[in-house]
Amino acid sequence: MDMLLNFLAAAVLAGAPLLFGTVGEIINEKSGHLNLGVEGIMAIGACAGFMTGYATDSLIAALIAAFISGVIASVIYALLTVTFMANQNVTGLTLTIFGVGLSNFFGEYMLGKTENNTLKLPENVTSQLRNINIPGLSNIPVVGKLFFSYNIFIYIGVVIAVLIYFYLNKTKAGLNLRAVGENPAAADAVGINVTRLKYINILLGGGICGIGGAYCSMITCGGVWMSGSVNGLGWISVALVIFAIWSPARAIFGAFVFGAFSVLKYYVPKNIIAVPNAFYDMLPFIITALVLVITSIRQSKENSQPAACGLSYFREER
Amino acid sequence: MKGGISVSEAVKTSKKEPLVRIIKRAERSNREIFTLRLLSVVLALVAGGIFILIIGYNPFTVYATIFSGAFRSSMAFQATVKIMVPLLISSLGVTLAFKLKFWNIGAEGQIIAGAVFASYFALFHSDWPHFLLMIVMFAASIIGGGLYGLIPAVFKAKFDTNETLFTLMLNYIALNFIVFLRDGPWADPASGGFPKIARFAKNAQLDKAFGIQIGWIIGLIITGAVFVYLKYTKDGYEISVASESHATARYAGMNPKKIMLKTMFLSGAVCGIAGMTQAAGSDMTLATSVAGGVGFTAIIVAWLAQLNPFGILVVSFLFSVLEKGSSVMQSSFGLSSYSASVLQGIILFFVLGCEFFVRYRFVFRKKGVA
Repeated sequence: MDMLLNFLAAAVLAGAPLLFGTVGEIINEKSGHLNLGVEGIMAIGACAGFMTGYATDSLIAALIAAFISGVIASVIYALLTVTFMANQNVTGLTLTIFGVGLSNFFGEYMLGKTENNTLKLPENVTSQLRNINIPGLSNIPVVGKLFFSYNIFIYIGVVIAVLIYFYLNKTKAGLNLRAVGENPAAADAVGINVTRLKYINILLGGGICGIGGAYCSMITCGGVWMSGSVNGLGWISVALVIFAIWSPARAIFGAFVFGAFSVLKYYVPKNIIAVPNAFYDMLPFIITALVLVITSIRQSKENSQPAACGLSYFREER
Repeated sequence: MKGGISVSEAVKTSKKEPLVRIIKRAERSNREIFTLRLLSVVLALVAGGIFILIIGYNPFTVYATIFSGAFRSSMAFQATVKIMVPLLISSLGVTLAFKLKFWNIGAEGQIIAGAVFASYFALFHSDWPHFLLMIVMFAASIIGGGLYGLIPAVFKAKFDTNETLFTLMLNYIALNFIVFLRDGPWADPASGGFPKIARFAKNAQLDKAFGIQIGWIIGLIITGAVFVYLKYTKDGYEISVASESHATARYAGMNPKKIMLKTMFLSGAVCGIAGMTQAAGSDMTLATSVAGGVGFTAIIVAWLAQLNPFGILVVSFLFSVLEKGSSVMQSSFGLSSYSASVLQGIILFFVLGCEFFVRYRFVFRKKGVA
């Protein structure tokens, strides 16, 4: 039982950065933009968040910096794909190469300026990143450990996912956004400002991805700067969007399931089920591929990628 | 009277033209397009220079170091070409798929599949005659990469499964498959517990020509072959028709699904060859980094070269110069070799932006006309 609880808690911790990345990417795709730059945006957020926390001694400043850096990275993407109508795949891949490079470059540059070649977050920040302890709630057996014993990021992530769910499904702006992603020409015809809506949402999505990056550098790596802390989680987030079938609410569940996959190998007793570790790492991608195939077989319009995703919208050609 | 004015004004404002509009422009001449692209690269280098300046170095010396780092000795030049070989070949591979507007983001996985198939013979049949072994490894890489490229095409043909996302997933499945081989069935017993696959026997390594692995000759041959295939064969013609419209292709008696399957097999096969040259020509083993992001860079190279095989030759060479030259930055300036990715990114952003001005232009609202 204890083992199971530890496993679930570890799954939540491992899934949290995916949650941010996935919710950010869902917003992007709902606006009609398959952003393959998530990995790069998260890397930039990781660097900006960590370095700001390191320099200012403030967690709030670090979070804001991670968000803003994600927004700025997305400005490049939005400018190129929305206004300049560049190919989305190529632009996204470029953003990934650029972002990962910039993050690692700047990290090594900062390391070179330190005396003992390590960058460690100040105590004031790390203490705020420890698991919270809500008197009363956190002490309830099982439930306390399962729901009220995490660091602050986890709760921020869940709140963001829920808010975005309501934004997409229950507000007029969200409805407009989904219209843009499905058929921008029709949305334009009914008076929706397609370009503005695309910009706003690509930037918003990028900012959320940026926070996910900060999780990787500030929590996963235990407060010490390490190059490449995002390490493919951005790509898994892109996969997770499919697993969550483009819904932020299901993304919460999906992120923790994928988190569970990534820590499963430490918890499955080797003497009972002897499966190579690589298989566990492969699992999320195999399942995502299956989901992709199944949704395409069922051809359900509701549970698939927005119809205009990946296409540039040129107003005078509608 | 007063009311009348305000109404007409309201009508005016609602009919006001937007500040900036985008319209398609008349086709530019080749010369104009070339100048524009050159200008974008120059602007990118200036932007990169500003970046270098901000971190406190002289852009001119840094650029000069990158350039000399790639060319300063025959060994440096050989290393540059070594970087170029898999990039060139896999760029040509994805070009085949892109010509059909099939978004093959799976070059990374196809490179790995080709390398794995070829490595099987390199590891377990290294006693075969050298020439025969090379031919078999070459054929194996074609089959491995081709079959791995065929999987997304089959699902696309049958169920219209989104190929961009599907090929992306296949990359990571392939990557973890190497890890599985490395940690399990193909683990090197002589490594003392260190996870790696054994080094290929001398007999299973690619030959060299002019001090560089023979992959560069293979790359040049494929460049010519892809050019001829796309431009002068029936298959190439079918690809160009089917990429524009499946309906037209069907009307002309072609089978778009068959074209897709064939093209994706070839696309994956060429990427598979890239994997074989990297494993048997450069790494001399099957490393988990056999693709190492090349499959992603290849997509960018192919796109930058406008899917022109000879353009790909040039662009992949320039990318390799940047990559090799930046590795020297570490020793010369203590700057991280990641600067190569940053500069690559900056250049690409400018070139991608520049394509807009080839096809479109902005129209600003004329002053005084509302």
